[in-house]
Amino acid sequence: MLETAPSTDAYLMLSGTLFAVGLIGVVIRRNMITVLMAIELMLNAVNINLVAFSHRLGSLEGQVFTIFVITVAAGEAAVGLAIIIQLYRLKSTINVDEARMLNG
Amino acid sequence: MSLNDLIFLLPEIILATGASLLLIAPVTGLRDSISAKWAMIALLIITAGSLLACSWAVPGMEQTAGFARMFALDAFSIFFKLLFLFVVAIVVLLSDDFLRESRYSTWEYYSLLGFALCGMMFMASGVHLATIYIGLELLSLSSYILAGYYKNEQKSTEAAMKYFVLGAVSSAILLYGISLIYGVCGTLNLLDIARALSTVVSNDALMFGVILLACGLCFKIAAAPFHVWTPDVYEGAPTPITAFLSTGSKAAAFAIFVRIFYVALPGFHLDWSMVLATVAALSMIVGNLAAITQESVKRLLAYSSIAHAGYVLMGIVAMNVMGLRGVLVYSFVYVFANLGIWSIVLMMKRHEYAGEKVSDFEGLHSRSPFWAFSMFVFLLSLGGIPPTAGFIGKYFLFYAAVQAGFGWLAIIAVLMSAVSMFYYLRIVVAMYLRDGKEADVTASGALKFVAAVCVVATIVFGVVPNDLIDQVSSSAKGLHNKGAVTRNATR
Repeated sequence: MLETAPSTDAYLMLSGTLFAVGLIGVVIRRNMITVLMAIELMLNAVNINLVAFSHRLGSLEGQVFTIFVITVAAGEAAVGLAIIIQLYRLKSTINVDEARMLNG
Repeated sequence: MSLNDLIFLLPEIILATGASLLLIAPVTGLRDSISAKWAMIALLIITAGSLLACSWAVPGMEQTAGFARMFALDAFSIFFKLLFLFVVAIVVLLSDDFLRESRYSTWEYYSLLGFALCGMMFMASGVHLATIYIGLELLSLSSYILAGYYKNEQKSTEAAMKYFVLGAVSSAILLYGISLIYGVCGTLNLLDIARALSTVVSNDALMFGVILLACGLCFKIAAAPFHVWTPDVYEGAPTPITAFLSTGSKAAAFAIFVRIFYVALPGFHLDWSMVLATVAALSMIVGNLAAITQESVKRLLAYSSIAHAGYVLMGIVAMNVMGLRGVLVYSFVYVFANLGIWSIVLMMKRHEYAGEKVSDFEGLHSRSPFWAFSMFVFLLSLGGIPPTAGFIGKYFLFYAAVQAGFGWLAIIAVLMSAVSMFYYLRIVVAMYLRDGKEADVTASGALKFVAAVCVVATIVFGVVPNDLIDQVSSSAKGLHNKGAVTRNATR
């Protein structure tokens, strides 16, 4: 079950790289919009993974799940942008570091 | 979709329709004729009624899960769904004052609570990783908005922002884990995963997937080292929402944690149990030690809730009947003690963020002895002192850990419970031994009702726990049998 066709391997490497780029982006970027984009990168890495596995296994389940993930990502972006706009109205900045009223 | 499928899903369909109606009610003529609170309570009662009716119908049906085996209505999910309905009903009562005195819209608030509840119910019933994920996201997205509901307060917006960023990242990590598990097992159905794993020897991709999945779930239950968001979000969110996050949404995360690990991954127990045991120990130590120095009651309870996540994780690590029952009992008793505490905190509070310091509780005994006594009972229950219900929960969890050979974990848990009594007693000392300022308790009928219900439940379930234990045992049975079968197949 483990031996993977070369093509799947390539997709997994791509998605692993994308996921790592996204995670690093969330950690080091200070602009909220960029953070949001980095999160989308992570979700898209998951989508690549799911579709690649779905193709290799010959089961549609993964592709259906991908559509769910894309839909949820759209909802997440909407909520995230609403929060960012509200933050901008209150603080006139969307820098993550400026948000430090709650120190934890 | 057949009629049978409809029976499985009827309570959620009613709830989602009702929540959507609450959302559009303000633009119709309904706004003036009925109040949002009573509409929400009616919706909760109808949902609970349909849930009970459907749970009667299901045992007679030949299949155990509807919608292509994605959605189960078993005793385990019914237990949690009723608990969630109770939590949301209490949160509605707690929210009444806060919504009346603030300038924020009520209909959207209740609608979002309804959607969050719908997500939790999906999580409790999901036997397929897709169902579980959708439920989790429905809960999370509603919670992000609710945490920022004081939208003109910087603190609240900031809490929403932090919750959103960390929540979204943890969802992505969880999903990556799910995608790897899918790649190895070829399915997203929990039972099929268990079946596939009984033939697969442990491998790196699978191990990595399970660890990522566990990381995502640990974030949702706020276990250390994934707990950093908890104090900030609990402090910044409106207090009724803090009450919701610390009880309902936490219990829902425990439900999926248990379901995934007991049903899908029991054959893999030796590999993940040490990882989770470490996380449990770390949560208990970090949560309890950090709580000692907190001045804000909301932050103190946030750290204590991190510690409680550690206690519950012991039941999952133990992977035996006792542990499973322990998780259910503990979620149950924790809900009562915690909601009770939040109702008292809300009584102390006069405007948006006041009444949240430990010093605000000074002299509560001389002003209103009954509420001081109630607070005392809730704190004892959180600490796990015998006459209260919290003791029963801790007893199950500690016993399960010892039984499973995690004696060291149980010892850490007992020591840390002793530490936790120190900071719980700080509030008690403030209430009983210090002289209070003139601040008075402004309790509405709803808050008094909630506190009274919770104090009665905490004492009654502590003194006569038999009914609760019987109920929990029958709820846990189905889940553990499935786990036992797959584990035997592995050996």
